[in-house]
Amino acid sequence: MKTILVIGNGMVGYKFCEKLMAKTKSEDYKVVVFGEEPRPAYDRVHLSEYFADQNAERLSMAPRSWYEENKIELITNERVTDIHRGSKTITTISDKEYTYDYLVLATGSSAFVPPIPGVEKEGVFVYRTIEDLDATMAYVAKIKAEGSPKKAAILGGGLLGLEAGKAILDMGVETSVVEFAPRLMPRQLDNDASKVLQRKLEDLGIEILLSKGTQNIEGDKAITGMKFSEDETLPVDMLLVSAGIRPRDELAKTCGLDVGTRGGIVVTNDMKTSDDSIYAIGECALLNHMIYGLVAPGYDMAGVAVDQILGNIEAAMPTSIDMSTKLKLSGIDVASFGDALNENKESESIVYENKFQGIYKKINVSKDGKKLLGGILVGDASDYNMLHQIFLNGMKIPENPEDLILGARGGEEASFGSALDLPDSAVVCSCEAVTKGDICCKVEEGVTTMKGIASETKATTGCGGCKPMVNDLIKETLKAQGVVVKEIVCEHFEYSRQELYEIVKIKGIKTYDELLATYGKGKLGCETCKPVAASLFASIYADTGNDHNVIQDSNDKFLANIQRNGTYSVVPRVAGGEITPEQLIILGQIGKKYDLYTKITGGARIDFFGAELHELPLIWKDLIDAGFESGHAYGKSLRTVKSCVGSTWCRYGMDESVSFAIEIENRYKGLRSPHKIKGGVSGCIRECAEARGKDFGIIAVEGGWNLYIGGNGGATPRHAELLAEKITNEEVIKYTDRFLMYYIKTAGPLVRTAAWLDKIEGGIEHVKDVVIKDSLGLCEELDKDMAGLVDAYKCEWKEAIENIDEQNNRFAHFVNSTDGDENIEFVSLRDQKMPKLWS
Amino acid sequence: MNSILEQYKTLPESEVTTWFKAAPVSKFPENGGACVKIEGKQIAVFNFTVEGKWYASQNVCPHKMEMVLSRGMIGEDCGTPKIACPLHKKTFSLETGENLNGEEYSIAVYPVKVEDGFVYIGTN
Repeated sequence: MKTILVIGNGMVGYKFCEKLMAKTKSEDYKVVVFGEEPRPAYDRVHLSEYFADQNAERLSMAPRSWYEENKIELITNERVTDIHRGSKTITTISDKEYTYDYLVLATGSSAFVPPIPGVEKEGVFVYRTIEDLDATMAYVAKIKAEGSPKKAAILGGGLLGLEAGKAILDMGVETSVVEFAPRLMPRQLDNDASKVLQRKLEDLGIEILLSKGTQNIEGDKAITGMKFSEDETLPVDMLLVSAGIRPRDELAKTCGLDVGTRGGIVVTNDMKTSDDSIYAIGECALLNHMIYGLVAPGYDMAGVAVDQILGNIEAAMPTSIDMSTKLKLSGIDVASFGDALNENKESESIVYENKFQGIYKKINVSKDGKKLLGGILVGDASDYNMLHQIFLNGMKIPENPEDLILGARGGEEASFGSALDLPDSAVVCSCEAVTKGDICCKVEEGVTTMKGIASETKATTGCGGCKPMVNDLIKETLKAQGVVVKEIVCEHFEYSRQELYEIVKIKGIKTYDELLATYGKGKLGCETCKPVAASLFASIYADTGNDHNVIQDSNDKFLANIQRNGTYSVVPRVAGGEITPEQLIILGQIGKKYDLYTKITGGARIDFFGAELHELPLIWKDLIDAGFESGHAYGKSLRTVKSCVGSTWCRYGMDESVSFAIEIENRYKGLRSPHKIKGGVSGCIRECAEARGKDFGIIAVEGGWNLYIGGNGGATPRHAELLAEKITNEEVIKYTDRFLMYYIKTAGPLVRTAAWLDKIEGGIEHVKDVVIKDSLGLCEELDKDMAGLVDAYKCEWKEAIENIDEQNNRFAHFVNSTDGDENIEFVSLRDQKMPKLWS
Repeated sequence: MNSILEQYKTLPESEVTTWFKAAPVSKFPENGGACVKIEGKQIAVFNFTVEGKWYASQNVCPHKMEMVLSRGMIGEDCGTPKIACPLHKKTFSLETGENLNGEEYSIAVYPVKVEDGFVYIGTN
């Protein structure tokens, strides 16, 4: 049995172990890994997330048990101090000696700290390890405790520096990014792209200072400022240095391996150093006179080293290594690929810039107009995957290359064909080096889910950026095979939600058991199909959350939103946000009586938190007695219709937005739908009700109302699109009725109107045709169905209270005791209470 | 927190020493769950009426340590009876307690029997 020693347990060192274990049995080799840090390898790419949650475990590449299971000896907190090439041994700081057959150096890099006088002062940190972050956060807490406003600077406007800047800003410290070069991310972006990014970052509140060379770090003991020139000093209370990396090559140097003049262990493309038994991989390796500071090439190097050790002497790094990157920086898309900067003027550039939306796109095209050589995307990188593939595979580009970033104008056709047009060798997942051919081959073998592809090929398990493309490949491969790709509800129903809607309605099915027995599989169903059925019964028969209780989703089951600690929140309806002082007093009294945490919601109503299950009927009895009714905050149903104050009070108002919002909210209250629905009514185009961020938005204009649909806040914000303009109150209601009913009938489970509108063939024009021009002849039915649901409304909390059965009370925590759950603990928060934190 | 989990260990029927008389069958919703208090412990009991089967497990979800599983939704995963937690839809086999989403934590399960219209839970 041969021994492999791995020095360094970072991402690449870990990947070496993972790839080795995938190709050989643990009995074949004895593997010992040395890590200098206290914990096993973690994901440094997502290090900034640690600022937000301090969850080191979440960043972990694999737990210690993984190393044990694979019989890898992992020794952390142990620095290797010497390599003795003659005897093929190494010694560690605690004087332990190990012998090797193969030695793998995965020592990585350290943060580069420029030799600025004063850089050793208190309050200056680097950004590399979890321990660095802990020290930074402790210092932020310390200076914030001093009271006065504090200011931090980040030295370095590269990717890591910008991420760190946002994280420090989020901790409540004013932040400036100081960059020596005249632009941000100088290796990836050109000046114009940098300007777009700069503006977006400044909007977030980060100050950007470019072309600044720091001469001196000011301060006695601790840092107080950064001196740029005789007459320019930036006062700061702390500094985070993120000015690049230096390869950790000191071990290689002392044992006489070849190293580069500016650092880095020299390797050939088989990852061997100048000693045949010693390999170097990752950021410590100098290949083609370059240090590759990205994780994907590091993983490739790990793979090459594994293959070489296992005897595949052909294995080698490719001659050109792709350094393309795509990332989300504080929500801002930034991507660059290929020859992004065109410094050698080998290509012609096509640039699109939209200052309103903060979008910059540039592609560099070969002088003959036939090849894509590189590009930059800021603000919108949705085309990145496809552009990157076209570049990597040297694919043919459209006759008008600008179509690649502008889309084909004057036609409906997409500017680049389907994902299936890629060559089989195209690397779709660069983290795990999975090709299009690997994925399509698995799909053809019958692996047709994202989860299946992930476990069979490892594609999507790294950064996840290739998910949309893998999804397209699955769907399009199936389509090409003639398989109809159907979005079925779950393993128990081979139907889409829309088909189940039709089945339930036409066959008059009234219960879940009947639906499962006649159209489903198995006897029990699951947590996916049951709530879908409950939602259909509600949308078709106006059944409430009290009906079919055991198939209702978590919140509908108890008509309240379950919160982090198993308690519930209570939200009465406050239509349009209009509330009398008398009602406010009653709500205050009820909140006090049951000791509930109280907050105004985003939808302009009042939310009580911390109600235990058995308290819900008591609280609701008090609310109903005072004239309130359910707010359906727990349901996939209409939530609120937010309003601005409108012409009633506002001197700019064009119409009575509050009155109309109340009318609309009362019309659709209790309406259940595939997902939650929110509305808004604004009295003028200043749009104080933010109606265009809602599923339906109504805005008063000269000559009537404009009606918008399909807006969303949430994870993918989207402005609602105009359905009809300058229409009357009656027309607003008519078209909203039809739009909502059409959505309820046709959307998939848990699909908001925004996603529905994005996906529906023909988009907004199609919806206009259906609800205004009645192109499908559906309007009569839509009108009738909505009228039926509006008429059938009842307050389901009133219904629940009236029918409460003391013997079988679903709101009791125990069936055999009247006690509550003694496991619930609260702590205090700003004069109210909150759940004890999860540990 | 982990001390809560230590109170709950899967009990094979062969090791039951006492059957705890919980409540009449009528107290448990059909095709649903409810929680039983047994000497300071909380046991979730599930009534699979369609199949005429009963299952019991710890009420605490090991994901976030909240006493909520009895309020979850029952169902099956390729023939295995399961419970889905109401908080994050983590699912567990009610036969073995194993986590069905591929995560490490699992739940303790207990034997249940029904006699003379009463539900009994096995303890020792």
